[in-house]
Amino acid sequence: MESDTKYKRLKDLSREEFILPGTTVCGGCGGLEALRLFHKVLGKNVVFVNAAGCFTLLALFPYSPFRGSWLYTNMASAPAGAQGVRDALDILIASGRLKPEDDMKVVVLAGDGSTYDMALSSTSGAIFRDLDFYYFCYDNEAYGNTGMQMSSASPYGSMTTTSKPAHLSTAGTRSHKKDIFEIWRAHKPPYIATISPRHPVDLSEKVSRSMQYKGPKLFIAFSPCPTGWMYDPSLTVKIARLAVDTGIWALKEAINGEVKHTYIPSKFKPVEEYLMTQGRFNHLFYPVRQDKILEDIREDINSYWEQYKK
Amino acid sequence: MAKELITGNVAAAWGVRLANVDYVPAFPITPQTEIIETLSQWFDDGIMNGKFVTMDSEHSMVTAAGAASATGARVFTATSSQGLLYALEVLYTIAGWRVPLVMVNVSRALASPITLEPDHNDILSARDSGFLQIHTETCQEVMDSVLMAYRIAEDNKVLLPFLINMDGYYLSFTREPVEIPSREKVKEFLPPYNPTHAFFHASTPMSQGVAVLGGPTYSYFKYQMHMASQNAIEVHNTAADDFNLIFGRKYGVIEEYRMDDADYVIVMSNTFATKGKTAVDRFRDKGIKVGLLRLRLVRPFPGKEITAALKHRKGVAVIDQNISVGSGGIFYNEIASSLYNETKRPVMLSFIGGLGGKDISFIEFQKVLNDTIMASETGIVPATQLLYTESEWQQMKKLLEIAGKTRQ
Repeated sequence: MESDTKYKRLKDLSREEFILPGTTVCGGCGGLEALRLFHKVLGKNVVFVNAAGCFTLLALFPYSPFRGSWLYTNMASAPAGAQGVRDALDILIASGRLKPEDDMKVVVLAGDGSTYDMALSSTSGAIFRDLDFYYFCYDNEAYGNTGMQMSSASPYGSMTTTSKPAHLSTAGTRSHKKDIFEIWRAHKPPYIATISPRHPVDLSEKVSRSMQYKGPKLFIAFSPCPTGWMYDPSLTVKIARLAVDTGIWALKEAINGEVKHTYIPSKFKPVEEYLMTQGRFNHLFYPVRQDKILEDIREDINSYWEQYKK
Repeated sequence: MAKELITGNVAAAWGVRLANVDYVPAFPITPQTEIIETLSQWFDDGIMNGKFVTMDSEHSMVTAAGAASATGARVFTATSSQGLLYALEVLYTIAGWRVPLVMVNVSRALASPITLEPDHNDILSARDSGFLQIHTETCQEVMDSVLMAYRIAEDNKVLLPFLINMDGYYLSFTREPVEIPSREKVKEFLPPYNPTHAFFHASTPMSQGVAVLGGPTYSYFKYQMHMASQNAIEVHNTAADDFNLIFGRKYGVIEEYRMDDADYVIVMSNTFATKGKTAVDRFRDKGIKVGLLRLRLVRPFPGKEITAALKHRKGVAVIDQNISVGSGGIFYNEIASSLYNETKRPVMLSFIGGLGGKDISFIEFQKVLNDTIMASETGIVPATQLLYTESEWQQMKKLLEIAGKTRQ
């Protein structure tokens, strides 16, 4: 496997850009940076099938930052849209109506609201049918485009506008982030990975590796969100790094179901270092430190990593 | 030419087969399922080329259908009732993509209460979506309308998706003799689909379905759909002429039955129009000048044609097999507004009948006619009435008694 590695250092990344600058998303958007890196590896011949979310505003009439193609569908069924596009391309090529060199990679582009909540049926169907497509989820852990309401990707202890810390719940979000990686893995797709914009070599290598597999290829991109997580846009990269270094965001992949962590920090940093960078966790420290909740978060991280220490 | 005895559902499938459809995303729902079962078999047997794929819901099904059409394939799909409503969001979405796919809806009344037999609240819920609509009366018309729908939808002046409606049970499962033409003849009528407006090619990047901000841009695109839909009347008539030339069957945007000298007209749609025509025949036997107008092209709404057919009559009764709860009959309102600016216009009566597949018997047609004659003579027009017979009411009371709903 090691000898097959295409991306070892930053210099190995292509300098060619497929998403041009000057988009409508917020400054410091971690999701867009992850998508930019993801697109570099996939190349130009891509059709994005988009679900309602922040990135829907990327293609805003009469502009598009993409050099490839785009189809906005709706919030709950972008994977079904990908099915239609993929099947039609196959049919047109097989019947000689489309040149094989005009073929494209079909990529679902969706946020966590669509991915974790609304489009689960549609996604499950697409994986079940072994659809040959890529799924890119920019996970900013809440309904970002509507102003940060809780989604099932919102982590325990985070504040959203529909899970504010209050008398009944000092934690803010009381539920625990849904394990979408394992939900997908149970469907047995050939490739699943988590990625982070702060680990571009790891990200590129995963995208590159996935391209050899026909079938569903799924990417969950950790997407720090300055607007919703309440931090200065210049800190996106730092926060993405801390998420990995504290063990709260595990970089991993599953090839044909077999899970492998692609980067494990030699020593985990205390999770407080990550939490304290963001306004959405402010209530865990001020006006009083919520030791029990912090302990719960540490426990979640420990028990996650414990299961892989064998 | 020999005719085959087939159901409305199989007739729809034959239309799809003859249209050389490439792609059918599907999801089962009664009473539509026989259509997709038939098509599935034909794809598996290699009689049809392309792909048949079962989806996880109607919502996904219509999304896949629209996306495949936006990529350049000729696409068909079908549903009924709750399925159409589950997909309703996507109907609006893909109509805006301007994709000319064809979808059959096999009408079935909507929950609650959940039921199986037809009325038209399902199909009429899609009336504002941008989909064109033809409502059919016979199995032959189902097959013919599928072919006509592709021809009209794919016309550059239209480019909108099409819904063909047939009644569940009354047509979907009723066998009638249907003339099935050869593929060669169909090719004369329907050329292959080669879209120049919606496709995905690597060498020609394309953005479709993009967001707009601001009312002026939104209004521009929305009203374009309206104008394109209105173009469909002229395109329909040209297609109907060609269809008649090639296949010898003539369809209008409306059907006028024994209306030449009619003083009174009953307006109906879909299969129950057959019951209406039989009633008209019996009235005619008694020398009463009655005709029937069957609504066929429902979107775009042929207001001008309907007005021309109705304005000089004495009385018009619209029997709506639907109910806009809190308002009344949907077609009654649309026809009344078409006639409003005419200086000479008939009295117009509104009846709700056939909800959930309830029969409309001859005595009910008699009631409709009597009220219409009376109103045209007195100028006093009754409010909307529900057609419901005494024996049906007695039966209903028995059911209420069993359910324990009549006790104090």
